[in-house]
Amino acid sequence: MIGAMVALTVIKLLAASGLPVFVIILVALAAAAAVCMAVGYTIERIAYRPLRRAPKLAPLITAIGVSIILQNLAMLIWGRNYHAFPPILPTSQHEIFGATITSLQVAIVLIAALMMTGLIILIHRTRLGRAMRATSENPPIAQLMGVNINQIISFTFIIGSALAAVAGLMVSANYSIAHYYMGFMLGLKAFTAAVLGGIGNIAGAVLGGILLGLIESLGAGYIGDLTGGFLGSHYQDIFAFFVLICVLIFRPSGLVGEKVSERA
Amino acid sequence: MLEVTGLRVAYGGIQAVRGITFHVEQGEMVALIGANGAGKTSTLKALSRLLNAAGGSVRYCGKEISALEPHQLVSEGIALVPEGRGVFPRMNILENLLMGAYSRQDKAGIAADSAHVFSLFPRLEERAQQLAGTLSGGEQQMLAIGRALMSRPKLLLLDEPSMGLAPLMVQKIFEVIRAVAEEGMTVLLVEQNAKLALEVSQRGYVMESGEITLTDESSKLLANPRVREAYLGE
Repeated sequence: MIGAMVALTVIKLLAASGLPVFVIILVALAAAAAVCMAVGYTIERIAYRPLRRAPKLAPLITAIGVSIILQNLAMLIWGRNYHAFPPILPTSQHEIFGATITSLQVAIVLIAALMMTGLIILIHRTRLGRAMRATSENPPIAQLMGVNINQIISFTFIIGSALAAVAGLMVSANYSIAHYYMGFMLGLKAFTAAVLGGIGNIAGAVLGGILLGLIESLGAGYIGDLTGGFLGSHYQDIFAFFVLICVLIFRPSGLVGEKVSERA
Repeated sequence: MLEVTGLRVAYGGIQAVRGITFHVEQGEMVALIGANGAGKTSTLKALSRLLNAAGGSVRYCGKEISALEPHQLVSEGIALVPEGRGVFPRMNILENLLMGAYSRQDKAGIAADSAHVFSLFPRLEERAQQLAGTLSGGEQQMLAIGRALMSRPKLLLLDEPSMGLAPLMVQKIFEVIRAVAEEGMTVLLVEQNAKLALEVSQRGYVMESGEITLTDESSKLLANPRVREAYLGE
């Protein structure tokens, strides 16, 4: 949401400048990522680091609190209105297997795939990625290996925030709208997608996201017929949470998450 | 090389380690033995800075290290093989070893050292791509020791390497510990298995209820009637 709002503000400021669209988008993206990285780093320092040794429930509650604070801050800055995303992106429509897809949506899918690949390489092929995984598996042991876990955790928040900034910009560009509350449902659904794919598996999260989107769209399209007109397509959100509950009951490790036994 | 003076560790109000003093000389293997709950693991955790000591001093190579962060000890040359192995279960063997070498940058040296670890534990090489969580307890212990060696430590701290392992596997692990010590490594070995520990070490300390009650050369401790009765089951 913050990424989308910052990007939107920058785009509005630059829209009249006559710069090429591509440059405007890049500047907006850079500004959004920079702000989100700073916010992410700050949140980790003041809201999570003091809870490093607290029970697991404490950071979860803090996360909810932080999201409420961020939403209200954003409301103070940008107001409660919906902001229209300036239609500066040239879009063309294409038909694939009878479905209509815009060039913007193609770009979004490509960017998502690119970010996924980059993240997988970072996490699985680099020294930093190994340190991140070691820190998530067992912080004290990671420290024994010489990992400065505070530094690694800060860095993880910064990367995550930058990715969120890109995602926020893509969502608001796709729906042509940004709003201080837009991140709430999106966050819940992103969580559902990650659980569906298997927490800790990057490609799984992307797969979960695609599946969830399909389930939602198809579900919303057919829900009227299925319930004899009792429920309409505005009930589309129930599918995400129905999926979440089913996954947690029947396959808590997710679709592609593998279980690893931890022997003492 | 390591000088511990008056070290105290407390959990809340409960004193686990009550002011112990001991030292480890360069190149020797010292055993710290004692029953469950005597404070051995707490001592090692305080040395490796995973626990804050309640008092006392820890000097390593003449330098006070009791105020360092845990991640700074590796570059000082101290490596701990923790109780219960502590391998990273969702990472494969090679990645676990590379984590051991995290503080180093020399690629050639790291490759040479992982080859050395594989020569000590051929079984790890066969399974280099296998997730550590799927290994047996003994294999995980091999991996934990190998991982510690990857940092090229000067001082190796071993916490209960025999715990929960089949007798044959214990033998194997201790053969390697002996071999590593013979290469010149300084080792502080914490063990409940007093007989094994005293057989491989040069000196030993006996710990009881947070205090060191007895210290001598290991061979003499092995012959000491009090030790024989309390720890060797005779």
